[in-house]
Amino acid sequence: MIWIVKNLWLIPVLPLVAAGIIAVHKQAARKRAAGLAIGSMAIGFLLSLCAFAATLNHGKQGLARVGEGPFREVFSFNWIQFGGQWMSLGWILDPLTAIMLVMVTFVGMLIFVFSVGYMAHDKNFMRFFCFLALFASGMLGVVIANNLLLLFISWEIVGLTSYLLIGFWYHKPSAAAAAKKAFITTRIGDLGLLLGMVWLYAQTGTLNFYDGGHGCMEKTALLKMATEATVGGFAVSSVIGFLIFLGAVGKSGQVPLHVWLPDAMEGPTPVSALIHAATMVAAGVFLVARVFPLMAQTPILGHGIMLDSSPMLIVVTWVGAITAIFAATIAVAQNDIKRILAYSTVSQLGYMMMGIGVGGVAVGMFHLITHAFFKALLFLGSASVIHGCHEEQDVRKMGGLKKYMPVTFAVYAIGMLALAGFPLFFSGFWSKDEILHHAHQWPISKIPFYLGCTGALFTAFYMTRQVALVFYGRYRGHEDSSSAAHSHSHAAHSSASHNHDPHESPAVMTVPLMILAGFAMVLGFVGTPAWPWFDGYLTGETVHLDFAKLGETAGLMSVSALIVITGISLGVFLYGKRQRQTAAEKDVLEAAQPALFKLLQNKYYIDELYEATIIRFNAFAAWLCDFADRWIFGGVVLLVSYITVGLAWLYRLTDENYVNFAFDDVCHGLRSGGAGISKLHHGRVQTYLRVIGVALVVLILLLVWGHMV
Amino acid sequence: MTPLQACLLVSAFLFAVGFAGAVTRRHAILVLIGIELMLNAANLNFIAFWRFGPHPEALTGILFVLFSMALAGAEAAVGLALVIAIYRHKKTSNLDEVKELQG
Repeated sequence: MIWIVKNLWLIPVLPLVAAGIIAVHKQAARKRAAGLAIGSMAIGFLLSLCAFAATLNHGKQGLARVGEGPFREVFSFNWIQFGGQWMSLGWILDPLTAIMLVMVTFVGMLIFVFSVGYMAHDKNFMRFFCFLALFASGMLGVVIANNLLLLFISWEIVGLTSYLLIGFWYHKPSAAAAAKKAFITTRIGDLGLLLGMVWLYAQTGTLNFYDGGHGCMEKTALLKMATEATVGGFAVSSVIGFLIFLGAVGKSGQVPLHVWLPDAMEGPTPVSALIHAATMVAAGVFLVARVFPLMAQTPILGHGIMLDSSPMLIVVTWVGAITAIFAATIAVAQNDIKRILAYSTVSQLGYMMMGIGVGGVAVGMFHLITHAFFKALLFLGSASVIHGCHEEQDVRKMGGLKKYMPVTFAVYAIGMLALAGFPLFFSGFWSKDEILHHAHQWPISKIPFYLGCTGALFTAFYMTRQVALVFYGRYRGHEDSSSAAHSHSHAAHSSASHNHDPHESPAVMTVPLMILAGFAMVLGFVGTPAWPWFDGYLTGETVHLDFAKLGETAGLMSVSALIVITGISLGVFLYGKRQRQTAAEKDVLEAAQPALFKLLQNKYYIDELYEATIIRFNAFAAWLCDFADRWIFGGVVLLVSYITVGLAWLYRLTDENYVNFAFDDVCHGLRSGGAGISKLHHGRVQTYLRVIGVALVVLILLLVWGHMV
Repeated sequence: MTPLQACLLVSAFLFAVGFAGAVTRRHAILVLIGIELMLNAANLNFIAFWRFGPHPEALTGILFVLFSMALAGAEAAVGLALVIAIYRHKKTSNLDEVKELQG
């Protein structure tokens, strides 16, 4: 076993230790806290690179025979014993883990550095870095876990830190509510994951993914589950896969559990970048990729119907496709810069799910990795914008920032083009194209492909709209603040300190942006159709540079390029040509289609629907439980207590009035008898002696009298 | 009257005197003296029964008396110490006032 496999646990444990140390420090130790967190991530990044190198070298040194699949090393240890069985935990090093490790530690590190600048004025700086480090630890734990239980534990740490960080500014009621919403919504999915995990354990007797042939993702266990039928004629493997997928739906914000993710933007923006765009929400996609063998297992049931695709992958594909188009349309009508990005994240996560469903792990994971970089870039860019505009998040009140923040504009434009999938030089193009390519070839249905294409159109459109509103035209931030400045003395004070013009962010914030921008461009080239290195890396096959393949997919590529260019030019036409002049002005789309725009702006009224159905039902159930508890169960308890009190009162009466008489008399007799006898013991020694003398005389007389008789 | 009877009479008289003293006196030391007298009456009995008994050659009676005299000495020492302790404690040696043993 290579040393890096044995020591892989260091990668998640280092940030955990850092979080612990930060937690016990005083508020003032800012530099040390940031240093610890960033340092732990940097060491983790170096270790991840070692792990990555280990998985890379593997094939070249001829260690793997052809067809053996990718590099895979596991390390397990026994953790807890119940009954006669040991529950083991362990970690795994395979290409999937390695690429995620590198991505999470690298993006995480950059975002940590960025946060130093962004959170510089926050008085809870220490708490922020403690949570960030804890989050990194949980996320890395999810990534290295070779065991569904360890994955679940880390998964929950991630959920907890997500809650803590969304509600970081807990004094804002909206942030507190968003944190609660995120926690509860993901919990619904996690319940499915937990059930799936328990069922999986009941079926296979192990939760290790790979364990030298005994793991639950390996052939024997999969065949066993695939042949067994359960409720409704589904194979056990499909049902367990579905339950685990529920966890992924919750975490990755897929429809219908997507509602928490846009609200999660209440957290500090670096948090949105790290957790709710780049890494944590990708954990759901990663989970599906991790249990892909289970998802892909086609049921082998007795009734003779052979399915050519796993029912679970069909579900994954459809959920992903619907999410992709659904969220993309909502993003068109949002005005909050972060919410637009949040819905685009939901939409892109849908693409990833769809990619895994139609094309396997590599397709979805490729988009996950490229998305992590350009979405982190976009979010950090938006953080820079928000920071520069004095905490303003409404795109209607921005505009013309190109002039004030040139660096941010440049990197943001790169991120936007990557997300939109602008052809050839941006990573998003290649990864999205691969998904659409596989969706096109999907044998079950062509609809996901069309949904994906439409989603791509919308993506290009809303990103163009956002960039046009934020960076072009005239700066509209002065309007209402200048009117407010007259009435509020503190506004006047702030306008005196800086004249309300947006400003460029410091280097600690722009340098990570530039690094991310670089990756957002070049990363796409590891997975082009001509050289699908990424695909080969994950599946363990060797790939060759072959430009002929580029020609095969050229048709589809040009179609998707056309779609993207259509979307962008539509955006330019609608928002770039004639810039809005005031912040209060109506949106172009709103003017044209008020009803549709309102529907989209209100997110299809999903929140209201949940409010009216699930939450109302829940509130009713809670009221019912409260009623039952207060009146029915409480009544029974009260009744029992009153009966007890009554019986006790009866006992006391009998005791005092009947039983005690006899007892008291006997006691009294004993006491007076004792008192009488104790009088004999008067303590006068000489009297005792007298008694002895008299007794002696009587004794002698008796003896003498006995002799005489 | 044989010498044994005479001895026994003397010893009985001695015992009666001692007993009377122990029972009637108020002063603790006088009571102790009475007790010593009774002890000596018993000692006289030992000697008399040995001297005029069937085996005067074996020194059994003498031995007993020596023991009992040593005992009496020890008893007098302890008794006197007790009396002094009681006196220190209660500022009296009148036995009628020492009633701590009452039940």
